[in-house]
Amino acid sequence: MNENKSKNLPPLIKTENLSVHYPLRNTKLFGPPPVVRAVEGVDIQIEAGSFFGLVGESGSGKTTLGRALLKAAPITHGTIEYNDGEKKFNIDNISKADLIEYRKRAQLIFQDPYAALSPRMTVRDIIAEPLEVMGITKTREETDARVREIASKCRISLEHLRRFPHAFSGGQRQRISIARALVSNPKFVVADESVAALDVSIQADVLNLLKEIQREMGLAFLFISHDLSVVAHVCDHVAVMYLGRLVESAPTRDLFAAPRHPYTRALLSAIPSLNPDDRGKAQKLEGEIPSPTNPPPGCKFNTRCPFAIDICKQKEPILEQSDGHGVACHRWQELMNK
Amino acid sequence: MKNLIDVQNLSLKFKTDEGLITAVDNVSFSIAQGEILGLVGESGSGKSVTAKSIMRLNPGNAVYSNDTKVFLNLEGQDPIDIMQLKTAKEMKVARGGAISMIFQEPMASFAPAISIGDQMVEQLLIHTDYNAKQAKKYSIEMLDRVGISDADKRFSQFAFELSGGMRQRAMIAMALSTKPKLLIADEPTTALDVTIQLQVIDLMKDLVKEFGMAILFITHDLGVIAQTADKVAVMYLGKLIEKGEVRDVLRNPSHPYTQGLIDALPRLDNLDAPLKAIKGDIPSPLERPNGCIFHTRCPKDMVTACRNIVPDFTALNPKHEAACHLINKEATS
Repeated sequence: MNENKSKNLPPLIKTENLSVHYPLRNTKLFGPPPVVRAVEGVDIQIEAGSFFGLVGESGSGKTTLGRALLKAAPITHGTIEYNDGEKKFNIDNISKADLIEYRKRAQLIFQDPYAALSPRMTVRDIIAEPLEVMGITKTREETDARVREIASKCRISLEHLRRFPHAFSGGQRQRISIARALVSNPKFVVADESVAALDVSIQADVLNLLKEIQREMGLAFLFISHDLSVVAHVCDHVAVMYLGRLVESAPTRDLFAAPRHPYTRALLSAIPSLNPDDRGKAQKLEGEIPSPTNPPPGCKFNTRCPFAIDICKQKEPILEQSDGHGVACHRWQELMNK
Repeated sequence: MKNLIDVQNLSLKFKTDEGLITAVDNVSFSIAQGEILGLVGESGSGKSVTAKSIMRLNPGNAVYSNDTKVFLNLEGQDPIDIMQLKTAKEMKVARGGAISMIFQEPMASFAPAISIGDQMVEQLLIHTDYNAKQAKKYSIEMLDRVGISDADKRFSQFAFELSGGMRQRAMIAMALSTKPKLLIADEPTTALDVTIQLQVIDLMKDLVKEFGMAILFITHDLGVIAQTADKVAVMYLGKLIEKGEVRDVLRNPSHPYTQGLIDALPRLDNLDAPLKAIKGDIPSPLERPNGCIFHTRCPKDMVTACRNIVPDFTALNPKHEAACHLINKEATS
């Protein structure tokens, strides 16, 4: 990541004012239908070869943002630029031919390894399918060679390639999904809650594998997770979302050493500590995330924020950057000094 | 004082086309009144099956061993062996009477086409002397007690109209409305966001105090255990491998599996610590290892006994024990 910065390479993915809205069915006789503002005015930059974490509670819009970057969600406003040095695309306005090319370079790993793999295909066919669909390899020998190469990288033993997914455990299946995502040699991979369905003893193994692959293949990950402690361990940069907005974005160490947004602090504090003597020390947030069809005016967090004052209810804060650490809160400086 | 619930030698196999599958093997534990016991284990470790055994809720192909005993000790009554209960009428005491259960996914546990309130009233009519009107009034009080605002409005709503956290609160209100002595909570916070999880855990702790009941809290999350339980029992492939007071077990884990689980957790206090996975996968229940159940994944220098002899519990202190051959070996060497 640092290497890229020193060479002044443009970011791999750059969004400006990105919004994704879903219109709902109109229940009123007159007037426009209600709209779910799943993602609203998001600016992010993902550097080539970096591990970018996206956290937030369910309903915060993190999955939608990940999908929009892959052109798998409708982009309502804003721009997404992709630039890997060889190819440059405007994802929000991409031609069909370019989209096919982009699909080779941007891939997705799903949450549930039990639902993501076809039970009727062998592991070899599952991993080979993207190569065949995208026409990346020309002959069967070439395909097989590529499948074997990626399988060994993902620590799938070669005799397993002939078997069907039902024969594998959750961790092994997730390694198969990872192999499938990486077989087209992408530059950018969205991993959406990719370890959430795994047991802790297996989770660490899959995380280590992702990290290893990212370093080896030099690709960039957008790692979507609700688990801040996992994100802390694998990501270089973390962005926190709340109700479709980016509320904080910073290098991992800065964010965890000195979280600026009250929401980030509450999230960190709510992670159950392994120390039984920490009972009752967590900062409890009241209430729940509001509905995205009817977000509160002003700062979207004001309904649950223990520090909300009048301005928070009237004016939406913008993401302020200082020392590479962005935060959208009217009172963050004041609260940091407390 | 007698324990509220005493599970002795619980062993359970499932009859399947592929033969008998051992789900729980010789598990014993007890819970005193007002105590929270955390049962930890990964998927497939048999923790839910163990919990369901206490209410005899396992499916018809479950075969309990002959020496399985589950004693329920209610004040002023002779102990009841739940395994000996026969008719549905007798079983009422274990199912919703003295014992209630809440599940991981509240959306799947509420009937979708019956309002929350009607479901609460229904069980009150079965288990208490309330008439319909009293049952409704009491249900609304309970919904209010668990922090659901506009409880009288929520009473007539359906499960899909509530958010995840709200549904779990309603589930808790429903489980507690019959004033059970033991609440079995099977992964009650796993489907919830951390901020909501914290609210639900606090609520459950308050209710334990208020109602003086015991909780069997099942989870895979050691952090949640650390913040809620008094005692903890760790399960792996149908066997208990370590149990004790929560501080002893978490600070001085003595079974290699417990140690591995703790090391595999990403810690926020040290971001540089590498994540340590436990090698290998959980074996299939069809191929249960001989000897110590964990020996196929154990990172320690094992002795021959690990592969051949099932280890007994060794006491580390009067309230903390672990089933590992290496404890004695390390103590003598």
